[in-house]
Amino acid sequence: MAAQPLLSVRNLRTVFGTMQGDVTAVDDVSFDVVPGEVLGIVGESGSGKSVTALSIMGLLPQPPGRVAGGEILFEGRDLLKLPKSEMRRMRGSAIGMIFQEPMTSLNPVFTIGDQITETIRVHERIGAAAARVRGIEMLEKVGIPSPQRRIDDFPHQLSGGMRQRVMIAMALSCSPKLLLADEPTTALDVTIQAQILDLLRDLQREMGMAIVIITHNMGVIAEFADRVAVMYAGRIAEEGPVGRIFDAPTHPYTAGLLSSTPDLIGEVPRLRTIPGTLPSLYELPPGCRFAPRCGRRVEACEAGRPATQEIAPGHFAACIRAREGASA
Amino acid sequence: MGSYIVRRLLQSIPILLIVSLISFGIMKLVPGDPAIVIGGPNATAAEIENIRKNLGLDRPFHVQLGVFYWNLFQGDLGRSLLLGKPVLEAVIERAPITISLSIYAMVLTIAFGIAIGVLAALRQNTWIDQVATTFALIGVSLPNFWLGLVMIVLFSVHLGWLPTNSYVDFSDDPVRWLRHATMPSVALAMLQIGLLARITRSTMLETLRQDYIRTARAKGLPEWRVVAKHAMANVMIPVITVIGIILSVLISGSVVIESVFSIPGIGSLLGNAILRRDYTMIQGGLLFVAAVLMLLNILVDILYAWFDPRVRYDAGK
Repeated sequence: MAAQPLLSVRNLRTVFGTMQGDVTAVDDVSFDVVPGEVLGIVGESGSGKSVTALSIMGLLPQPPGRVAGGEILFEGRDLLKLPKSEMRRMRGSAIGMIFQEPMTSLNPVFTIGDQITETIRVHERIGAAAARVRGIEMLEKVGIPSPQRRIDDFPHQLSGGMRQRVMIAMALSCSPKLLLADEPTTALDVTIQAQILDLLRDLQREMGMAIVIITHNMGVIAEFADRVAVMYAGRIAEEGPVGRIFDAPTHPYTAGLLSSTPDLIGEVPRLRTIPGTLPSLYELPPGCRFAPRCGRRVEACEAGRPATQEIAPGHFAACIRAREGASA
Repeated sequence: MGSYIVRRLLQSIPILLIVSLISFGIMKLVPGDPAIVIGGPNATAAEIENIRKNLGLDRPFHVQLGVFYWNLFQGDLGRSLLLGKPVLEAVIERAPITISLSIYAMVLTIAFGIAIGVLAALRQNTWIDQVATTFALIGVSLPNFWLGLVMIVLFSVHLGWLPTNSYVDFSDDPVRWLRHATMPSVALAMLQIGLLARITRSTMLETLRQDYIRTARAKGLPEWRVVAKHAMANVMIPVITVIGIILSVLISGSVVIESVFSIPGIGSLLGNAILRRDYTMIQGGLLFVAAVLMLLNILVDILYAWFDPRVRYDAGK
């Protein structure tokens, strides 16, 4: 972890204004991403993973969402303090983003070529013909067959997997240093999921960008990420190198997540589930947010927010019993 | 695209046949004998019988229908009983007036309807949105003939800004035409502006929530481009459909507005023909208006396919 972080999120707090007052979707979240690494953010729906990504991108639906505190340092500059026009120029060039729904993320009335070259031309001084050549190159890079012909297709002429490839081509067309991938495989068939992950990994090696991949799927993390941050109810529960987290999770929530993921090696026991559900953001427990569902809960868990401790170098957990070893 | 246009044109033939049958049949069903009207109150029974014979009204229904179609296929809509000249000639003489009025009203509708709708959507829940939606509501609530009369009282009688009589053709003097055509066109367009503004606003709000708009922003496009290109291209698809309906309503609405402003267009031509039972005129006029509306709707469908590639490609299959 000696490298200077590319992205450093410090104490990010994102709130949504609702009829019943503000709710905090992301509460005091901090993490770093160094150049060229893959950070996975994992958590259930509503844990704040996507909101974190949208906050970084400056794409929160406003209103009702807004960043209420913290810093998002990208190459040392706080994105939250950038003027709107400068932040706009970062999007698509320095930071790319792909989304969960390839079926609806492309504009149905423009050709994919139009949508790719538009990205290139808004960020670079480049002619239409040159942009088209780049567009074809990008389509080829993401594995679209006969890209010279396909570039003039409309999104509805492509399958879901192909559309996600186009999204990736678009997001990477200006060689960003960071790619935010928000559930990029969730909406796809299982076989296509693997292809898209392979593609992302190949492109990451080739282009050397850092990736923040957001998913609820531990399998995707295991296969793809270098480090993982586990989010629960708007906070990071545990963060560390993927190998360590999978072998020796110290937060009971991480352990619970792992034991509810099928394992292809060895015997297949009945999958375990975590009892209970994610707390409502309107009625968060006062202490550890996982306490009401936790099998290892003690009285102190409800007293206050558990401090984040460094269990091993680069391995952090927000659980007062983290050092006692894992067994949920 | 070419085959799509040809197919739409072919589809219109049976529809035109049905419309012609209706326009022929309706005049036979309506009470009141045209021969009596033409003969006048002092005509003797023999004279009326004579008129009837000349017009072919004494022949059996199917023979009259056959003659009607025979003439129709030769482009002959018959002779107006009252004006004494071919129906087609009378209609073509008056058509430019109604068409120029409708186009003017249409331009006003599209320009203001879409502009107000987009503005209201982009400034949702601000005072601009409030003003725009209130204006749109007033627009759809006012009957056009009432609005026309109020405008005459205000702008012609009290302020003396705009004339109401002795209509001038666009081809004769565009500036004077504009002075004559503005009030009737505004009266015609007001309701449609309100309608279009409301639909544009809700469509735009819906579109701005779409995933592809978020993608466009994530690509780093300037906001004006996100709205003007990515959102507008999608907003136009349902809006074009509405514009097609609005066109038909504008043309039929001109019948009333032309008589309010005493403009000698197709509307007043048909209005008089109905009052005087000039049934060849009514038949021909109806058929003409129906054909124009049909052509306009085909044009709208083509535009629709142009705006939405999904329609274009389905049609090509």
